[in-house]
Amino acid sequence: MQHTLFALVENRPGVLNRVASLFRRRNFNIESLNVGRTETPDISRMTIVMDSKDVDVRIVEANLYKLVNVIDVQDVTNQPAVARDLALIKVKADPEHRGEITSLASIFRAKIVDVAPDSVIVEIAGTEDKIESLVELLRPIGILEMVRTGQVAMMRGTGAGVRHTPGAHGNGNGKSH
Amino acid sequence: MKKTGAEIMWECMVREGVDVAFGYPGGSIMPVHDAMLNYPVHHVLTRHEQGAAHMADGYARASGKVGVVLATSGPGATNLVTGIATAMMDSSPMVCITGQVHSHLIGGDAFQETDVTGITLPITKHNYLITRADEVAQVVREAFHIARSGRPGPVLIDFCKNAQIEVTEFKYSEEVSLPGYKPPKHAPVADLEKAVELIAKSERPVILAGHGVLMSGAMEELQILAVKTQTPVAMTLLGLGGLPASHELSLGMMGMHGEAYANNAIQNSDLILALGMRFDDRVTGNLRTYAPRARKIHVEIDPSEVHKNVTVDVPLVGDLKTVLTDMIPMLDEYEHETWMEQIAGWKAEAEDRSIMSWPDDGKLYTAHAIRALWNATNGDSIVATGVGQHQMWAAQYYHFELPYRLVTSGGAGTMGFGLPSAIGAWFAHKEKEVWLIDGDGSFQMTQAELSTAVQEGANVKIAIMNNNFLGMVRQWQEFFFDKRYAATPMTGPDFTKIADAHGIPARLVTKPEEVFDAFTFAQETPGPVVLEFRVEKEEAVYPMVPSGADLDDMIRRPVR
Repeated sequence: MQHTLFALVENRPGVLNRVASLFRRRNFNIESLNVGRTETPDISRMTIVMDSKDVDVRIVEANLYKLVNVIDVQDVTNQPAVARDLALIKVKADPEHRGEITSLASIFRAKIVDVAPDSVIVEIAGTEDKIESLVELLRPIGILEMVRTGQVAMMRGTGAGVRHTPGAHGNGNGKSH
Repeated sequence: MKKTGAEIMWECMVREGVDVAFGYPGGSIMPVHDAMLNYPVHHVLTRHEQGAAHMADGYARASGKVGVVLATSGPGATNLVTGIATAMMDSSPMVCITGQVHSHLIGGDAFQETDVTGITLPITKHNYLITRADEVAQVVREAFHIARSGRPGPVLIDFCKNAQIEVTEFKYSEEVSLPGYKPPKHAPVADLEKAVELIAKSERPVILAGHGVLMSGAMEELQILAVKTQTPVAMTLLGLGGLPASHELSLGMMGMHGEAYANNAIQNSDLILALGMRFDDRVTGNLRTYAPRARKIHVEIDPSEVHKNVTVDVPLVGDLKTVLTDMIPMLDEYEHETWMEQIAGWKAEAEDRSIMSWPDDGKLYTAHAIRALWNATNGDSIVATGVGQHQMWAAQYYHFELPYRLVTSGGAGTMGFGLPSAIGAWFAHKEKEVWLIDGDGSFQMTQAELSTAVQEGANVKIAIMNNNFLGMVRQWQEFFFDKRYAATPMTGPDFTKIADAHGIPARLVTKPEEVFDAFTFAQETPGPVVLEFRVEKEEAVYPMVPSGADLDDMIRRPVR
C-alpha cells in the first residue's frame, strides 16, 4: 500500500543530502520525494511517498527523527488530506491528433501550455491516479517526454497526520508525567 | 571581545569541560593547534589519527565525558573514519574537529581537500561545516550538547582554515536552539502500566541489560528492579558491569559467546525486559526462533531501535534511569523459585564444562591468564581490549563487578582499538590500574601508539595474548571451513623486543607458573609494561552460537 509522509525540516544546506543518505543507508526504497519552501522561510517541507510492502513506515519515521534537522514527521495516509502531483507531458501532435489531445486535456481539466508544429505540452495537476489515467490515454498517441514533481500533500482543516514514533517529541509525546 | 575562530573554539571547548584533546597536526588545522597553547588543555600527539579517535573514545567510555579529537584535512580526517564509526556503533560521545581548506577553495579539489562532512554523514550523530568565525561558538555548543545527550554519539566539525584565522566578536551563549532535537525522558504512564502488568503475570522473566544501563547511569535502578521482581539479568558485552558479576541474579554475558545458561534462560523465558540494548545479531542469533514464548518490553532512548530487529509488545521510549525510576514504585515484589531453580541447574552444568575447572595440564591458556589477572587486580582494573578471542575471554573471565571498567569495541568490532583506547582510559582515570588485554593481531594494528604511551608516561599495562593466529577467524575456519586456515597464521614479532625498542620494560611468559609473577612485575614497575603470553595456538572460545543459528543451539566446550 502506498504511504505518504511529510517532514518539516530546517532549511539549511545539506539537509536533503542527509535525508537521501539516510534512505540509502537504511535501504529504504521510496517512490517519490518532493522538497520545497513553506510559509516559514527557515523551514522546508518534504513529501515522501513509499510502498509499505517495501518499508515499514514507522521505522522510516523513527529514523527521520534521528536527523537533528528534522523537526516534525506526519503520516497523512488514509487521513483527510489533499494530495497532488503535477506532470508536464510532451505529446506527439500532428494535426490529425491535436483535437483528440485537446479534448482529453479538457476532460481531465489539464492545460495545453505549449504548442509546437509537431508536439504539445500538456500540464496536469491532480492525484496520482488521475495523472496515471491521462498518461495511459495519451500513450497510444505518442508521449515524447514526461516530467513529474512527485506528490505533495496537506491535511485538510486543522487536523494533523499520524505521528507513529513514541518519544519523538521529547517527553513521550507530551502524554507523560 | 574580538577573537579568532580558532581561539573561540578553545574558549567554548574549555567551557564544555575539555582539558585533554587527542590529535595530529597538519596544514589545515594549524591555527587551532597554535591557539591551543594559550588554553589549559593538554594535547596528546598520537602516531596516527585512528589512534587519536580511539583514545578519545576510550577516554569517553571510562570518564563519561566527551572525548575530543583534532585532525587536519584530507588524509588526517579520513584516517579518523574507523574511529568515528567505532564510536557511532557503541554510542560513545566524541567531538572531532577536522581542519578544512579555505571555504572559497571547497569543491575545487585543493591540496588535502576531502569531502569530510560527506564521508562522515552516515557515521556521525551529526556533523557541521564551519565557513565563518561567527558560527564557531554556536556550533561547538550544539556539538557537545548533541554528542553527550540522548543516545550519545560522535559529532564532527569540519573547520575551514579561513574561519580559524578570521577575527570576530566572541559572544558565548549556553543556550542551544535545536527545534528537531528533543531526546525523550519519560515514557507515557499508560505504557508503564502495560509493562507492569506483563511483569506481574510473568513466571519466567529475564532482564537483558545493555550499554544503555551504563550510559544512563541506571546501575542502581537495575539492581532494585531485578531484586524486587527476582528477575535474573543477562548482559550484553557493553552492558557488563551494569550488575556486578558476583550478584546472585547475574547471568553474565548473553549471545554468541555468552554463558549457555544466559542463552537458555532467554530462550525459555516468558518475558524479556530489554533495557538499553538493541537486539544486535550477536546477541539474538536467529531472529525467527528468538525467545519464542516471551512477551517483550523494550526500554530504549532511540525510537528507531524499537521494532528494528525484534518486534516488542511494550516499547518504553525514554531515558532508562528515568523510566526505571518511574516504574519501580508501580511494581510489587515477586518470587520465581521454580524458574531460578531451572536456571541454577543450567548454571551447574556450565560450571562442570568450564575451562576454569580443568586441572593444570602445563599449557598456557588465555582464559587462565585473564582469570589470574582478575585475581592480581582484585577485579578493580580498567580493562581495554582489542577484538577477537582474547576480547571474548576477557568478557567471560574478567568478572566485571563495576561499570565503566570494560573498554571494548562491541558493535563495530574494530581490531586495533585496544592500545589507543587503553591510553585514553588512563587519561580519564590516572589513579586507577589500566590493563590492555590484546591479541597479537589486534595489537599490531595500532602498535605505533606504544610510543605515544611512552611520550605521555601513560601507566598502561599491556598483556598480549600471542597465539600466532588471527584466532577468532581461525576458530571459525576450524568449525565451519574444515580447518582450512586461509590467511590466519601470523608470524608475530618478538613483542618484548618491540617494547625494548620503546624503552618499555617487558616479560615473556610461556608457562602457567610464570603468569602471576609477570603480573606482579607489571604492577610494581611504574609506567607502561608489556607482557607477552605465548598461549595455546588452537584454543577456541566456548560456548559459541554459530552465526545465524538459534540462540540455544550452541557449540559447547567438550567435557574433559
